[in-house]
Amino acid sequence: MILTLLKSPRAAPFIYAVALIILWELAVRIGDMPVYILPAPSVIVGAIVKYWSPILKNSLVTLWTTLAGFLLALVGGLALGLLVGWSKAIYSGLYPLMVGFNSIPKVAVVPILVIWFGIGVVPAIITAFLIAFFPVVVNVATGLATIEPETEDVLRALGASKWDVMTKIGIPRALPYFFGSLKIAITLAFVGSVVSETIAANAGLGHMMLAAQSQFNVPLVFAGLVMLAVEGIVMYAVMAEIEKRTTGWARRGGVR
Amino acid sequence: MFVSLDGVRLAYPSDYGEVLALDGLTMGIEEGEFAAVVGPSGCGKSSLMRLATGLHLPQSGAIRVADKPVTGPLSITGMAFQNPSLLPWRTTLANVMLPLEIVRPHRRRLKHERTAYTQKAEDLLSLVGLEGFGARFPWQLSGGMQQRANLCRALIHDPVLLMLDEPFGALDAFTREELWAVMQDLHAQKRFTVILVTHDLREAIYLADKIFVMSARPGRIISEHRVPFPRPRPMDITYEREFVDLVQELRGEIADARKEVA
Repeated sequence: MILTLLKSPRAAPFIYAVALIILWELAVRIGDMPVYILPAPSVIVGAIVKYWSPILKNSLVTLWTTLAGFLLALVGGLALGLLVGWSKAIYSGLYPLMVGFNSIPKVAVVPILVIWFGIGVVPAIITAFLIAFFPVVVNVATGLATIEPETEDVLRALGASKWDVMTKIGIPRALPYFFGSLKIAITLAFVGSVVSETIAANAGLGHMMLAAQSQFNVPLVFAGLVMLAVEGIVMYAVMAEIEKRTTGWARRGGVR
Repeated sequence: MFVSLDGVRLAYPSDYGEVLALDGLTMGIEEGEFAAVVGPSGCGKSSLMRLATGLHLPQSGAIRVADKPVTGPLSITGMAFQNPSLLPWRTTLANVMLPLEIVRPHRRRLKHERTAYTQKAEDLLSLVGLEGFGARFPWQLSGGMQQRANLCRALIHDPVLLMLDEPFGALDAFTREELWAVMQDLHAQKRFTVILVTHDLREAIYLADKIFVMSARPGRIISEHRVPFPRPRPMDITYEREFVDLVQELRGEIADARKEVA
């Protein structure tokens, strides 16, 4: 019975997660770990129940700042990706700039954002945007750069303008790449918003964890981590589902 | 002459310096004629296609199609390549109708007369034996069926000149012969002018009225043959004496053209 469950790919994620939690609980209890180093899962659950109201409030703040930054990244990334994919000259001009910009650790930008916008949600949204938009641009530009020359010839011989080629071939062709980048972008957006919240914010999970840490409330810090993981997994699953639904043709549906 | 190239020279830059693809190429094709171009590989046959459709302009020489000098892409032509290049996110029917979204005046009329245009596309599909396959996606079709759909896409806007660049090259022998017959029927019915570039001499003779043999690069026309067989031509003709003799003659000429380079 247990053996068949272990072999089922549907049950596997739950079994592995539960196993990890049990292992963690046992390790803490047997090793007699102090709670301010590593709280046991049961203690963390206790903290979630005890502080549910501030946790919920801050989780929602983090969620909406992340989503706001993420949406900006989608729009901006799609627009810039199309621009970069439009011509070789724009591509070779902008690409080094973007690579240089992307290699700046975004943590280093947060103090500047605080000077410009003050402490609050705006720096978090912008940090999430800055970190999430690069993979979107690269993916969209790749999709456009890999149009088959014959397909383009067929259209151009008919008198198609650059705009026709873009809307009839380029954009549909880049969409699977775009939707594929959403999964990466949402994960990075969480990194961005939380980094910014831990540096300069008055709300959000990052801010809450920083406050809890300064009071040595380690179970609450871990409760914050758990909430981040939950939000991350849920958003990732949503993006994966969107990708699956929008790009059926690229997966060939498995039927022939 | 409906299509005429006169002393055409085409060179293009490459990593190894300038490559002279065509030089002093002269040829003429009458309206409604089925012309085939054969020659050793790398002789610039595909460059010829790009010139006649206006995708490329020659460095010197004159190209005229339908009594007008060619100065840019010509929407009165249809093109089909060896790679069917159908768009995988569109159904077969939507792929066939793609040129209507580009070419004037169809692109303006398409919205209001969608039913009529759809009917036209479906008629064309059944003409090539793809009746009822319009709703399938290209990747759900076999290679031969994709190439049939590709021909429909090349013909949907009623081009007066059809350019075929080895369209049957990647198919198995039986499917290829089937499509020769389809091509012959289409030509008999619609009477467009065709330029077919091919490596397959049997294909050239079976389909064409006139065959041009090209030299090795830089390509020019070294000989011109009329194909005497009456139409419609049955497939068996390809094994008859006169047919085989013509194949041998063309083979000989191309072999000589290859030797010149080596």
